[in-house]
Amino acid sequence: MIKLTIDNREVEAREGATILEAARKVGIEIPTLCYHQALTAYGACRVCTVEIIRKEWSRLSTACTYPVQKGIEVKTNSEKVKRARKMILEMLLARCPNVKKIKDLARDMGIEKPRFELDNEECILCGLCVRVCEEIVGVSAIAFFNRGTEREVNTPYEINSDVCLGCGACAVVCPTEAIKAEDIKEIRKIPLWHTELKKRKCRLCGEFFAPEVEIDFLKKKDARLGEEIFETCPSCRKKELGNKILYTNSRRRKYV
Amino acid sequence: MNKIENLEHLKKIKEENLKLIFPKKTRILVGMASCGLASGAGEVFQVLAEEIKRRNLDITLVQSGCAGFCEKEPLVDIMKPGWPRISYCEMNSKKIRKIIELLLKGKVEKDWILAKAEEEELLLEGTRRPYPLNGIPEELEEILPYKYHPFYEKQLKIAMRNCGFIDPENIDEYIARGGYSTLYKVLIQCDPDQVIEEITKSGLRGRGGGGFPTGRKWHYCRNAPGDIRYVVCNADEGDPGAYMDRSVLEGDPHSVLEGMIIGAYAIGSNEGYIYIRAEYPLAVQTLRKAIKQAEDYGFLGKNIFNSGFDFSIQINRGGGAFVCGESTALMASIEGKVGEPRAKHIHTVESGLWEKPTNLNNVETWANVPLIIAKGADWYSKIGTRDSKGTKIFSLVGKIENTGLVEVPMGITLREIIYDIGGGVPGRKKFKAVQTGGPSGGCIPEELIDLPVDFEELSRVGSMMGSGGMIVMDEDTCMVDIAKYFLSFLQDESCGKCTSCREGIKRMLQILTRITQGKGREGDIELLEELSQVVAETSLCALGQTAPNPVLSTLRYFRDEYEAHIKDKKCPAKVCKDLITYFIDEEACRGCLVCKKLCPQEAITGERKEPHRINQDKCIKCGICLENCKFDVIKVE
Ligand SMILES: Cc1cc2nc3c(=O)[nH]c(=O)nc-3n(C[C@H](O)[C@H](O)[C@H](O)COP(=O)(O)O)c2cc1C
Ligand code: SF4
Ligand code: FES
Repeated sequence: MIKLTIDNREVEAREGATILEAARKVGIEIPTLCYHQALTAYGACRVCTVEIIRKEWSRLSTACTYPVQKGIEVKTNSEKVKRARKMILEMLLARCPNVKKIKDLARDMGIEKPRFELDNEECILCGLCVRVCEEIVGVSAIAFFNRGTEREVNTPYEINSDVCLGCGACAVVCPTEAIKAEDIKEIRKIPLWHTELKKRKCRLCGEFFAPEVEIDFLKKKDARLGEEIFETCPSCRKKELGNKILYTNSRRRKYV
Repeated sequence: MNKIENLEHLKKIKEENLKLIFPKKTRILVGMASCGLASGAGEVFQVLAEEIKRRNLDITLVQSGCAGFCEKEPLVDIMKPGWPRISYCEMNSKKIRKIIELLLKGKVEKDWILAKAEEEELLLEGTRRPYPLNGIPEELEEILPYKYHPFYEKQLKIAMRNCGFIDPENIDEYIARGGYSTLYKVLIQCDPDQVIEEITKSGLRGRGGGGFPTGRKWHYCRNAPGDIRYVVCNADEGDPGAYMDRSVLEGDPHSVLEGMIIGAYAIGSNEGYIYIRAEYPLAVQTLRKAIKQAEDYGFLGKNIFNSGFDFSIQINRGGGAFVCGESTALMASIEGKVGEPRAKHIHTVESGLWEKPTNLNNVETWANVPLIIAKGADWYSKIGTRDSKGTKIFSLVGKIENTGLVEVPMGITLREIIYDIGGGVPGRKKFKAVQTGGPSGGCIPEELIDLPVDFEELSRVGSMMGSGGMIVMDEDTCMVDIAKYFLSFLQDESCGKCTSCREGIKRMLQILTRITQGKGREGDIELLEELSQVVAETSLCALGQTAPNPVLSTLRYFRDEYEAHIKDKKCPAKVCKDLITYFIDEEACRGCLVCKKLCPQEAITGERKEPHRINQDKCIKCGICLENCKFDVIKVE
């Protein structure tokens, strides 16, 4: 275990843990936008900036990527940190003046109106969608393209990707709700990624429940899963399972 | 080619090939690096080849690299037995025909000669080899020897020791000048720690930008846990206007290869990579040939010099982005991933390429290594200043008489570089500032012209060494406009990953743009300063961390210029178009009609011999009238 101080508190963390993890474990909150505990830390949004003092040498760094080190002193809310974080949020707010999450965070820092010309983006380029698609879903249907201010997330060639499953994991992790997965009858749509996929009908209730390609992908991924899983919608599956339990239980009651 | 397995064999090749570079028959070298080719060296070479063939002359014709004086290219060196080596400059096909004609008559055209060399210094051996002189044409007496030529007098060529003297595509010529003998010494006589110790003692620091002590980096990498280690050469060179690495690779690729092999042995690596900018086709081609030749002689491959040490080098062509020169982005790119920086809390010497310990050095850093080992740390550390040893190559460009590559000892003053070597600012204009360190460097004003140039001093005044770019600016340069220029480069080249750099540079650029348009506001300077601090402190990689330098340094030394733009809506250097007007001094105007005819906007009115006038609504401030007025009556305010 590694000992360090965070906001004047003695903290212990396992080797390899990040400052963010160590802080959260003891209930010290550090704001984050591009971090998710299930994904590789990326260090893009810079909102988690903290001050790290080592041998009287102070510098700013990002809590989500900085590994704990013996004896360092971390300040998550010093004047230096506040000044930097405030400017970072002011810049993000100028980029996305209509995104609730950013507006809230900025307001917390005391910013109502940025001093810069306003854009109207929804994406803050945190890359959570790119990482979830690569690391969890495992298909890498989307990626970053272009440099500098032209940077964006998209599918290759900006056309419908042939590997996107329409699973919507990207929409779930997106902190600004820039990515929307929509269901229109038998079609799953993710307009940002040009995805339009046909969904499968539940064998019991007849509702369309998941994109065909996603079901086929899962089937290939884990052959041990029972066939009915791929034919039944989650809510019917739940009902069926409940019935099974009930049925077996009642039988038991009957015969025992 | 046979493998060279021992020192005797290497020495034999060296002796045999000394006559290649100190020839018994006439040898003509044409500087044909990319810079030479751009000024027409290809044609000059062609003409020479044709003449030699047509007249059936016993002359060796060689394509060499760049000797640094790019302003005067194409350069042609003639080595005629009995004569000193003479360098003709600014050649073209007509001139070179004449020169061949004269050469055959034992004569020269003295007005076209840049300098002569009566002896060559073999730096590696610490010897000088005079040319045996007899029957020299009289005119040659008056020609300035290289060592007294102002452009060369204060230079000291270590990294560029062979550039322009040898055929870079012939490994034998490199060997003739002592090449690969240091490698032999290292592999057979030194243990790795000794090599690292020597490099550490020499005080060599990285030439790629950061100036990190090279010996210390090697030491960390050698001692990082793991079996597999990599060494990498950074030849991504993305600074606009800088081309020292290209020149070294095109002019003397083996100095880099030998340096890398020595480094790999010291660090304990068997695999190397050279990451080279895709826009350098000639350098790639030269390197490929050099690697092949080194493999044929057995300097690369298995069991080098029978020492049991194996090492191979692969070339990787860069993705074409400036940010790919950053160490972590470069390594991601070699791995086939997107060339994007990552947080470097774990250093690449511990976990770099494929998470193995990796030692990355710049081209120029590697090229220094063989000479340091050959001549010893004591020799090397006598050159330079207390904390910056050795020499540095600068690419001297902008408003300067002699543009080119100059290699100078650390500690030389800016004045010596700009005035003595560079010949000062052309056109009787006043020197205003010099920008060093590449796009994220800083501008150093006139009053600091006597600053000794080294890592510490440049940082102290708010600039940096960077990779050695040096852009000279005269009084006609607007410093706000310059800051805007660099920031717009950085905005395009930022990878865009982190908020601080991507959004911060964009906002700074917006503010600078409105200042140059006369729309600057009260408080803009303070906002720029506030942004600069946060961008510098919170960006992920050094691109963002140093991006505010152009703004901060111009604010530091030229704040009044910013204020003039913002408060008085004036551009003191008369550059920013929205803040200037062109008008005609009607009393002095002779009514010659020249400007009226040339103006692309038809904004000028007036009859012959009557004063002309500029219609401000139509004028786009292109400056064509000003440039073409013979009577100097066009004024700008
Ligand atoms: C944006 C950026 C671009 C860089 N480009 C180069 C480059 O083109 N060549 C280079 O040698 N170093 C470049 N560097 C510096 C490298 O990251 C690294 O420090 C250097 O290659 C290490 O070698 P050295 O110690 O021999 O200087 C760059 C750094 C940054 C941040
Ligand atoms: S500082 Fe700039 S170049 Fe470096 S990672 Fe951040 S956005 Fe990319
Ligand atoms: S959460 Fe740490 S940089 Fe985004």
